[in-house]
Amino acid sequence: MLKIDCDKCIVCGICESGCPFAALHCEDDCVVVDENCTLCGACVESCEVGALSIEVGEKKVQQDLADWQGVMVFGEFRHGTIASVTYELLGVGRKLADARGVGLSVVLLGTDIGSHGPSLIAAGADLVYLVDHPALEQFREDAYGYALEKIIRLKKPEIVLAGATAIGRSVIPFVATLIDAGLTADCTRLEIREEDGMLLQTRPAFGGNIMATIECPDTRPQMATVRPKVMVAAEPDGNRKGVVESIDLDEKLTSSKVEILETVISEEEQVNIQEVETLVAGGRGLESEKGFALIRELASELGAAVAASRAAVDSGWIPYPHQVGQTGKTVHPKVYIACGISGAIQHAVGMQSSDIVIAINRDENAPIFDIATYGIVGDLYEVIPALIKRIQEVKSDSSR
Amino acid sequence: MNIVVCIKQVPDAKDVRLDPETNTLAREGVESIMNPYDRHALEEAVQLKEEHGGCVTAVTMGPPQAENVLREALACGADKGLLVSDRAFAGADTWATSYTLAKAIESLGEIDLTLCGKQAIDGDTAQVGPGVACRLGVPFVTCVQKTRASSPDSITVERMMDDGYDLVRLPLPALLTVVKDINEPRVASLKGKMKAKKAVIPMVSAADIQAAPENIGLGGSPTKVVRVFSPEARGDRQIFTGTVEEQVDQLVQQLKAHL
Ligand SMILES: Cc1cc2nc3c(=O)[nH]c(=O)nc-3n(C[C@H](O)[C@H](O)[C@H](O)COP(=O)(O)OP(=O)(O)OC[C@H]3O[C@@H](n4cnc5c(N)ncnc54)[C@H](O)[C@@H]3O)c2cc1C
Ligand SMILES: Nc1ncnc2c1ncn2[C@@H]1O[C@H](COP(=O)(O)O)[C@@H](O)[C@H]1O
Repeated sequence: MLKIDCDKCIVCGICESGCPFAALHCEDDCVVVDENCTLCGACVESCEVGALSIEVGEKKVQQDLADWQGVMVFGEFRHGTIASVTYELLGVGRKLADARGVGLSVVLLGTDIGSHGPSLIAAGADLVYLVDHPALEQFREDAYGYALEKIIRLKKPEIVLAGATAIGRSVIPFVATLIDAGLTADCTRLEIREEDGMLLQTRPAFGGNIMATIECPDTRPQMATVRPKVMVAAEPDGNRKGVVESIDLDEKLTSSKVEILETVISEEEQVNIQEVETLVAGGRGLESEKGFALIRELASELGAAVAASRAAVDSGWIPYPHQVGQTGKTVHPKVYIACGISGAIQHAVGMQSSDIVIAINRDENAPIFDIATYGIVGDLYEVIPALIKRIQEVKSDSSR
Repeated sequence: MNIVVCIKQVPDAKDVRLDPETNTLAREGVESIMNPYDRHALEEAVQLKEEHGGCVTAVTMGPPQAENVLREALACGADKGLLVSDRAFAGADTWATSYTLAKAIESLGEIDLTLCGKQAIDGDTAQVGPGVACRLGVPFVTCVQKTRASSPDSITVERMMDDGYDLVRLPLPALLTVVKDINEPRVASLKGKMKAKKAVIPMVSAADIQAAPENIGLGGSPTKVVRVFSPEARGDRQIFTGTVEEQVDQLVQQLKAHL
């Protein structure tokens, strides 16, 4: 419940105007809350006199937290390869495990997976758990879910990380419910709080307009998903030592109710803007499909791939697989050149972790300049041709 | 076919923003709307009902004002609404929400199919659908982009994957979450609007659906929000000035290392 201390309340109205659910109302000498309150906590943060607080009942499923140790990554394996997000999770998982002074394990489900131990160990894992079972050949929520549940109950990790991919986003919430664990989706930052070793999980909310830090104080494991390209994989180290363990699971696995009739791999989806070092992105500022010809010219000069804002995709100038942002892809290139993109928060969340962001926009107040490393204020139809020319000059200078 | 659609009322996400100075939510003109994905779940439910007969019940957990999205759902073809509302539900995370919705769905008797949106645009978690399926003990798939075939005891759908799609058959009862590609939601008819206006929508409390107090609301939620803040700006930025040529020159100077 929201507790209001009327002795402290000065009826300033800040909480009333800031409540996203219009649940607070100023009365004569105190603010009152109605049943629209969702306990989102926005008012507690905003109250300058500390008159508001949220009373939290205790969660019943108190577990013996000390029984749970180690960091576990769900390794995603499809069509014979390990998804790159797995290596990224091992990168951040290694840091978390080191901060906690515990081991890092990775679980791989599938068939013919025996040879993948070394690459996972080189990427940071201490332990690789392999579950090779015909029922796991294709991704099925129930089979994968029960397998992961079993392993988690068996190994009792304190933290479980998974990719926020089509597979991870589907099966991991199911697993979290099976084992009554808290789960935070699409984390952009994961860190250990020094005082008590708690996992702090930070993620965007309300379309990225707000960031929230979340913890799971009373339940284990603490579970989080992370979108591809948000974390950075460690350089593989072939000298690392680790242990590969095969785990036998049967029973429930074979009783999957999900029947896969066919798997269709789309050509179009293969445009992989997540794997390149340089991206040139175009937005509504291009004003027409033709603008992408210019974008492609700059991209080919830089050996870059082409990305886009949703406005450009919605206008039909370029297909959806090129879209960057909250409802598109998250990218993490070395260089991201945003041309005629305003930098709306939903776009920014997909590209702001790029090492270098270059913005070309004629509006000097465009929000893209807030997240840019370098900004050019000007008409992209003048800037890009000039940039291409200059790059060509530099290249021919250096090759001479 | 008896179908439940889970519908959430959400603040229009693009309008919600923290004032970076005061760290308060700026709510200027923020409207509450039906979660856009849920509109597609509803349309799919109505189409399936039109094919097989049966009843579509729209269920929402939220404050009393969430009744508005149920009326909207009735106007767009749902037969019944169920408002799951109790101050004790406030502050629920996806775990507690899934628990509560599953309890509410169970209170409706035999259900063949439960449909959810892929995700709600306020939290974007996409966790409630799989969570409800788990609690109901029914098979599920997420991100359905097309229903290929349906019968009283099974449904065949295209489930979106990162690299294409899988064609999947599930026995009923089952749960699906849907993406926007699945259909084009209809607009409410005048008749539908009239019906919706007059409808009496039942409201149930935690006790009515036999939800255990320790599993609901903020107290029943394993995750706790400890801080909210505005996304921070980059510290190292440099905006060039001068003519286009001058600016391009400065940029290329900086970039030489990368070319
Ligand atoms: C729930 C939700 C999810 C969303 N998901 C995404 C997403 O995943 N990805 C995404 O990108 N968006 C997303 N959006 C949309 C987002 O809010 C913006 O509307 C979108 O990113 C704007 O695209 P834009 O920058 O290309 O267009 P605009 O905002 O119209 O910006 C165009 C820019 O081009 C500049 N310009 C115009 N002409 C020129 C010129 N000749 N030279 C130089 N500059 C010029 C203008 O100054 C302006 O800044 C989402 C929105 C919502 C509500
Ligand atoms: N409070 C709620 N009431 C009804 N349905 C909900 C609620 N919360 C989530 N859902 C359903 O679960 C889906 C996913 O929501 P989320 O996991 O919050 O992203 C939504 O599209 C809805 O179908």
